[in-house]
Amino acid sequence: MKELSLNILDIVENSVKAGASLTEILIDENEETLSLTIKDNGCGMTNEVLQTVTDPFYTTRTTRKVGLGLPLLKLECEMTGGNLTVTSKHINEFPNEHGTCVHAVFYKNHIDYTPLGDVIASITTLIQGHPDRDFLFSHKFEDKNVCLDTRELRTVLEDVPLDSFEVIKWIKEFLNEQYIT
Amino acid sequence: MTVKELASLKEFKSVVLPEPKREICGVYIGDLLSWVMGRASSNDAWITIMSNVNVLAVASLADTSCIILAEGVTLENDIIETAEQKGINIISSDLSAYNIAVTIGKML
Repeated sequence: MKELSLNILDIVENSVKAGASLTEILIDENEETLSLTIKDNGCGMTNEVLQTVTDPFYTTRTTRKVGLGLPLLKLECEMTGGNLTVTSKHINEFPNEHGTCVHAVFYKNHIDYTPLGDVIASITTLIQGHPDRDFLFSHKFEDKNVCLDTRELRTVLEDVPLDSFEVIKWIKEFLNEQYIT
Repeated sequence: MTVKELASLKEFKSVVLPEPKREICGVYIGDLLSWVMGRASSNDAWITIMSNVNVLAVASLADTSCIILAEGVTLENDIIETAEQKGINIISSDLSAYNIAVTIGKML
């Protein structure tokens, strides 16, 4: 995809479809690499499904449960010399600690590296689209740690829904401020 | 023009043609798979230099008439086998994407 932030949207939608109540979106950058971790507490996958998640034909030719999201993310990080790992615990085997973790490493200095893009737009789109779910976003780079936890927001907002216009606007400004200061 | 007719030209080589009678009605050039997926039209000949297995899925979703690998790009054997199973035509050429498109353009 043209921007990594679009990949993030795509992968997190999988987490939402897997019934995750909390999805963590963690970006950790140093001078050389960007690592993206998307970790959810959804229903997880069986080993059998896990083996096929990066095979585009499994995903496009069956019920399209997963989509081309993971195959494309894998291709994009491998094009920079990085790698993708997916681990998962299926709800049937791990009733108390199920979920999926997607971890992608990109080498930023490689010429085929895709820019991160508008990650604030991706995060607000996710919150707006799924106000009943929780998201933890953290982006560490240089000496900064941009952070947003919808669980904390919820305790402050009480009954105000997360997808109300004012809240989304506030989230945008809150994230923007953390990036520029 | 069918994909078989295109593959028979001297600048082109058939890699795998499970559906040789498919018509080529246009051309799309692109290597960013997510972009191609939404923009290539059905029955386009899709010219790319990408050689990952994902090209097969994109060709299948966009319903292109064939994939044309430009500039002498080759594919692993297992990808060719998958293409055969999924009915995806693949042609290769040493020409650049531009020159492939020009060649096809003259024949459409």
